[in-house]
Amino acid sequence: MKQFIAFIRKEFYHIWRDKRTMFILLGMPIVQIIIFGFALTNEVKNSKIAILDSSKDEATMSLSSELEASRYFELEKNLVTYDQVLEEFHKGKIKMAVIFPPSFSEDLQHFNKAQIQLIADAADPNTANQLVNYATAIIKDYQNRITNNRKLPYTIDTEFRMLYNPQLKGAFNFVPGVMAMVLLLVCTMMTAITIVKEKELGTMEIILVSPMRPQLVVFAKAIPYLLLSTINIASILLLSVFVLEVPINGSLFLLVFESILFILVSLSLGLLISARAESQQTAMFISLIALFLPTVMLSGFMFPIENMPLPLRIISNIIPAKWYYHIVKSVMIKGVGLSSIWKETIILGGMMTFFLTVAIKRFKIRLA
Amino acid sequence: MQNEKVITVNKLTKKFGDFTAVDHISFDVFKGEIFGFLGANGAGKTTAMRMLCGLLFPSSGEATVAGYDVYKENEKIKKSIGYMSQKFSLYEDLTVKENMQFYGGIYHMTEKYIKEKTATILKQLHLEKEGNLLVKSLPLGWKQKLAFAVSIFHEPGIVFLDEPTGGVDPVTRREFWNMIYEASDRGTTIFVTTHYMDEAEYCNRVTIMVDGRIDALDTPSNLKKNYNASSMDEVFLILARKAVRAAD
Repeated sequence: MKQFIAFIRKEFYHIWRDKRTMFILLGMPIVQIIIFGFALTNEVKNSKIAILDSSKDEATMSLSSELEASRYFELEKNLVTYDQVLEEFHKGKIKMAVIFPPSFSEDLQHFNKAQIQLIADAADPNTANQLVNYATAIIKDYQNRITNNRKLPYTIDTEFRMLYNPQLKGAFNFVPGVMAMVLLLVCTMMTAITIVKEKELGTMEIILVSPMRPQLVVFAKAIPYLLLSTINIASILLLSVFVLEVPINGSLFLLVFESILFILVSLSLGLLISARAESQQTAMFISLIALFLPTVMLSGFMFPIENMPLPLRIISNIIPAKWYYHIVKSVMIKGVGLSSIWKETIILGGMMTFFLTVAIKRFKIRLA
Repeated sequence: MQNEKVITVNKLTKKFGDFTAVDHISFDVFKGEIFGFLGANGAGKTTAMRMLCGLLFPSSGEATVAGYDVYKENEKIKKSIGYMSQKFSLYEDLTVKENMQFYGGIYHMTEKYIKEKTATILKQLHLEKEGNLLVKSLPLGWKQKLAFAVSIFHEPGIVFLDEPTGGVDPVTRREFWNMIYEASDRGTTIFVTTHYMDEAEYCNRVTIMVDGRIDALDTPSNLKKNYNASSMDEVFLILARKAVRAAD
């Protein structure tokens, strides 16, 4: 036990003395949450639009002002001629143009049918789609209001509810994703690097010649990073709840338990990498290419797994972060209990057992 | 000192694939002896030493260290030996005292012992003021002396030194050897590899390894007599020229 404590104390000295790395490890989750929370968002807000109103009547005016009033749009320019529309798109000033034909009001009154043209900049297809949808919804809304006093033969109204995330906040999606990414980076990469570093320096030989049991070395190496990760989870959750207003709907205890399980999976992966890699660069490279990239791509956090071709969907199953991401989303956002995520929990537990067993076996008592 | 064998080696061999790094070597080392292990780069010195320390598993042959078998009892061997590797073996980002605390800790030393021993060593090395400095701020010569002091911190019966004086100036090397003598006087057996021939003269007995075999084993004066040479340098050159294996 004394050996163990002496070793852990030494590890903390290493971490503490390397202030730059320590700040990166502790600061990274905070920066990521802030960047994802405030800068990198796929929500549509205050998109610039231009309006070409050739009719200028009561109907077009009130529709224009409703578009302007919504938080999705911001009027950049009132256009006069059709040619200006393309010109504005070329300048890149606007994301969407709304065009009322000269006969808008007349058509509406005499034929009960009028047309509005929406032109969106589909260089960014998702945003274009969303903008058109929002605009259509606003126009529909207006139409409902003016037809209220008239009887239509048939009407079908869609009534929808956005479950779990009524405001459609992006944070609900990326907070679980950032948690998975940060834990993986800190635990896997740092654990791998720290062990390989001792191999490189030659100090590992001295430790292996000492009576310290190799398994104990492995655990002593991992424990400081387990602690650092716990701090990271705490800071991510605090920021999410108090700054981004993402609720923790499920049990906090369950969330922490699952996170520690995922940390252990990541630590075991780190140990596994360290057993293979001979230099710190290799360790970092393997961590980034073999773990970080697949995690970003295939965990479902950036791209929905359901839309992927079958081979990728199959591969995604071996990505631990996929399961953890699902668990965090379920517990945090949907507020479900263990009964709904026991399968994912068992999978993570199995992965941990497997990686840890292999890692400890691989961490050889003798160097060759 | 010539009676108690602390290391016995019999036809010890290590093969890496087709390559025989250590080829049926046999020798004994006695208690309190300074046993020099010489050879050109790539002659197999380090491999042989690693097998004795339990870092490598021998391919064949027998060996005991401190009375324990290298195949079966390497946990017991680990408790009885100290080791200083070719690569510098202290942590640069830890202070002198923290390094000692760590190595004392992994050798099961008590807090009290570590404290006293640290004070004694720092005094011996005249480093009392530097105890709280980071190791990386010390000059190389001091670091090497410290590393040696740390390798015998837990007072092992045998200490293995793998080219301990590489890159160190002659004055410091001399001081380093004084430390080795002191340890030897206290009864510690010293097993040292080197390729400085003047250091070979300091050893009680030396072996010269060529191509994984032991080509000569005797006291420095006997070796010089047998090979009709005026210095260990000449002895070494006579033997090493026979090597077919390229130095790495």
